[in-house]
Amino acid sequence: METKLKKVDIIFEDDKTISPIGILEKTIKRSADEIILDLIDSGLKGRGGAGFPTGLKWKFTRNEDSEVKYVICNADEGEPGTFKDREILDRVPEKIFTGMAICGYVIGAKEGYIYIRGEYNFLLKSIQAKLDKFNNEMKQKHIDFTIYLKSGSGAYVCGEESALFESMEGKRGEPRNKPPYPTVAGYNNKPTVINNVETLVYTTMICHMGPEKFKALGTTDSRGSKVFSVSGDTPIPGIYELELGMPLNKFVEEFGDGDAKAIQVGGASGHCVPRKKFNDTIIGFEGIPTGGSMMIFNSSRSMYNVLHDYLEFFTEESCGQCTPCRVGCQQLLKGIEAVKRGERSPSYLDDLKKLTNTMKIAAKCGLGQSVGNPFNSIVDNFREEIIY
Amino acid sequence: MNKYLVNLKVNNMPVSVEEGTTILDAAKKLNLRIPTLCNHPDLSVAGNCRVCVVEIKGARLLAASCATPVSEGMEVFTNSEKVRIARKHIVELLLSEHNADCTKCFKNGNCELQDLASEYRIGDHVFLDLVKPAHKIQDISSPSIVKDDSKCIRCQRCVRTCHELQGISALAVTNKGDHQKISTFLNKPLNDVVCSACGQCINRCPTGALTERNYIEEVWKAIYDPTKFVVVQTAPATRVALGEDLGLPPGERVTGHMVSALKKLGFNKVLDTDFTADLTIMEEGTELLTRLKRALVDKDETAILPMMTSCSPGWIKFQEHMYPELLNNLSTCKSPQQMFGALAKTYYAEKINIKAQDMVVVSIMPCVAKKFECERSEMRDSGYQDVDYVLTTRELAMMIKQAGIDFGKIEEEHYDSILGESTGAAVIFGATGGVMEAALRTAYEIVTGREVPFTNLNIQPVRGMDGIKEASIKIKNVKPEWSFLEGVDLNVAIAHGLANARQLMEKVKSGEANYHFIEIMGCPGGCLGGGGQPIPTSPEIRKKRAEAIYSEDAGMPLRKSHENPEVIEVYSKFLGEPLGHKSHDLLHTHYKPRKRY
Ligand SMILES: Cc1cc2nc3c(=O)[nH]c(=O)nc-3n(C[C@H](O)[C@H](O)[C@H](O)COP(=O)(O)O)c2cc1C
Ligand code: SF4
Ligand code: SF4
Ligand code: SF4
Ligand code: SF4
Ligand code: FES
Repeated sequence: METKLKKVDIIFEDDKTISPIGILEKTIKRSADEIILDLIDSGLKGRGGAGFPTGLKWKFTRNEDSEVKYVICNADEGEPGTFKDREILDRVPEKIFTGMAICGYVIGAKEGYIYIRGEYNFLLKSIQAKLDKFNNEMKQKHIDFTIYLKSGSGAYVCGEESALFESMEGKRGEPRNKPPYPTVAGYNNKPTVINNVETLVYTTMICHMGPEKFKALGTTDSRGSKVFSVSGDTPIPGIYELELGMPLNKFVEEFGDGDAKAIQVGGASGHCVPRKKFNDTIIGFEGIPTGGSMMIFNSSRSMYNVLHDYLEFFTEESCGQCTPCRVGCQQLLKGIEAVKRGERSPSYLDDLKKLTNTMKIAAKCGLGQSVGNPFNSIVDNFREEIIY
Repeated sequence: MNKYLVNLKVNNMPVSVEEGTTILDAAKKLNLRIPTLCNHPDLSVAGNCRVCVVEIKGARLLAASCATPVSEGMEVFTNSEKVRIARKHIVELLLSEHNADCTKCFKNGNCELQDLASEYRIGDHVFLDLVKPAHKIQDISSPSIVKDDSKCIRCQRCVRTCHELQGISALAVTNKGDHQKISTFLNKPLNDVVCSACGQCINRCPTGALTERNYIEEVWKAIYDPTKFVVVQTAPATRVALGEDLGLPPGERVTGHMVSALKKLGFNKVLDTDFTADLTIMEEGTELLTRLKRALVDKDETAILPMMTSCSPGWIKFQEHMYPELLNNLSTCKSPQQMFGALAKTYYAEKINIKAQDMVVVSIMPCVAKKFECERSEMRDSGYQDVDYVLTTRELAMMIKQAGIDFGKIEEEHYDSILGESTGAAVIFGATGGVMEAALRTAYEIVTGREVPFTNLNIQPVRGMDGIKEASIKIKNVKPEWSFLEGVDLNVAIAHGLANARQLMEKVKSGEANYHFIEIMGCPGGCLGGGGQPIPTSPEIRKKRAEAIYSEDAGMPLRKSHENPEVIEVYSKFLGEPLGHKSHDLLHTHYKPRKRY
């Protein structure tokens, strides 16, 4: 097992020798199948949370028979504690555009959309200017692809891919039934690749530097590196690109304030790791995956309050359409309050844990399915704090 | 296109179904019932309640069987431990959010949530009570509909009904998370929004969250009041559906039983809206012919075509909100229920020597919009509110049960006279296309002196459940006074369900259509699928009711409105002639534009 914490510079790397549009021109001289093979070979998995292999996603969409297809960049970044996409959008948007255009070339799409979180509207002007320039350059180079910006509505659930499509289509942002999956019927019910901001930049960079370099980083299950948003009780909050597969204790050594008692990995919908498990927790798809958020809590924090905040967040941000999530979230929230006040016995927490299992397997989308992650990991590891 | 067969196993039993079939339907083929709440045969798939979840071998998540298509080799379990626990949790969660005060609920006994709760024996409340006090305040602003958010399980069937079938979207989902609810525009009272009062949402609400405003107690009170003379009228479509609420299968004709039950309930006279349906044909048919003459011969620009029927108050309210610019296309005829009310408190009251103020007119209707209609200020031409109370078919069934009448076993009886005689043409008012068919039977004969050229008077092209029907009838060998119609192709169109009506209105507005006459019924299938009819409803149930209506028509001795002897009599003794002065005063009305927001 790798024991070092390795900082990486791929996403924000300022390569003076080649521009993003240069990477695009170079890449589309190759065949679509070659590009897909490289992506599959690189082991790149989606950085938006679900971790689906990007090369396969592109391949499935390419294989669909449709005149119209779309590429969508998911820049909704609503997960509490995550702010890495904002940084990428601000600093290297051209690399995102390039990834989208390559994807368009590969799957046969002529249009791309960046669905950008409403709260990031302050970035719109500068991104739009850069985008106009990029679109123009593509036109001059006879690359038949155009990218548009769409500002989101602000609800967390609109980051869920199918809710995002609904929202883009002007409807209420409610997740759809699956199947069909986006690769078959996404935006406007056409085959669609939807990727996270960071995923798209990695595709650009893998096309540029080749899969080998990327593959050399990380572990078998978690190839490459990823951008982390580090927050909470840390002297050095911010954005860091780190190699995947790192042990959590190394991370805490680097970023903690010396008193870390728990790390919430993956934002509100992620898992809480207590101090006693730092040593044997790996950050990656084989251990605890994350969309990028690493929140550090030191011993001054009440884990009841942490959990309460998360549950309030989900209770509010559930789209409300499906029973397990809409009502389940409220029951979890009111339930820990009732236990805290002594109105329900501590064993009620076990009833609620069973409920989270139903939510996990029966809720309609990832939001409701993942509320059990913070609930169970906090209740299991900090039961006393919840009860007393 | 040929569809592939997909082989799968449900609870270890093999089954083959067409590709695209849902797991729910595949299980049905094996006679396995999977519980559902948000699913409805008239609506698109929502997949939001999640009670229909099943386990698929090898899958991490349970699948909503109503929303998941089968795939080859799939192994499904509808009753595994995982499924049972999840399903029970889901029902418990719904109940925790639900004001489960069943004994006080109008839907007690006909509630899909209650059924599930009792199936799963949910007695002890595991979870906390989440019912919001604000949700317990019912919206009773509408004379037709009561909305009770504390009973709502957010299945969105009402939202889909109002959008998909009615093209209105008076109800929509607002807010998210714990604040999510079914609401109107700006959360205004239902009576202040574009709601047509059609009641289709009620028919599809699985719980007591949407119900009709019920007037059962008021009607009992009137019956018990010795100073009141209570007459009741029954709409065409009630007689092919009432049985469903009283233990009979869909499609049973129960006309004689219904009359008998009404007499046993204590109504002084049991009369028939079918009588005024026939009268409507006389008035509306004449109005159509007059309009055609004014438009085609006199080139009178105030004679507006196409003329549109006006017997569906849900449709009228829709039109007032959505197409105020087309109000002059509407026939000025009142609906049969309101013609009846106006005649009952004038002509009839005089005849039987009862003072109008002592008379109470009750309607048994397949409709909830008629509750709204009877309270319209235009509907007081007798000097009093012409119709006092409107009960739905469902409310009548409830009264019959309350009175302990064994509906299946009672002797059949005949309507009282007068205002009780009718023809087959009136009966078919209850089905989409029926008014058109009845009107054509009469108008064609007036113009040509011959019967409509269709076998057994059955005008097949205007029948059936297609959302929009079009037909063209060539008029030949007319009587001399109708010579302007010689050789004319009379173009007619029929729509039922307001989403279809909207399509037709757009065609009229754009000028792309050249119809002379349009029949619109607000509800899918026409009144037989009305918002006051027994619940549940489905395409199959409505088909059975339609068959019953057409067989009732076929079995009637008289099949043409102008042959109804009581209609002939009311003209000779009271009204004079169709569109005459008295008709104008009592049987016709006007419309008013209403706001969309
Ligand atoms: C409630 C919810 C919110 C989500 N929000 C985001 C988001 O803000 N950004 C994102 O990239 N993916 C988000 N996702 C994941 C997306 O649904 C989707 O899996 C992702 O955009 C795919 O991109 P990737 O393969 O590049 O990771 C969210 C998922 C859920 C269930
Ligand atoms: S899980 Fe929650 S967010 Fe997802 S569809 Fe259900 S209610 Fe909406
Ligand atoms: S809606 Fe159903 S479950 Fe609810 S109170 Fe009424 S009858 Fe009971
Ligand atoms: S009564 Fe008709 S128009 Fe009104 S909300 Fe219900 S379905 Fe919509
Ligand atoms: S009002 Fe009835 S139909 Fe509408 S969402 Fe609520 S329970 Fe479902
Ligand atoms: S019936 Fe299938 S989810 Fe509601």
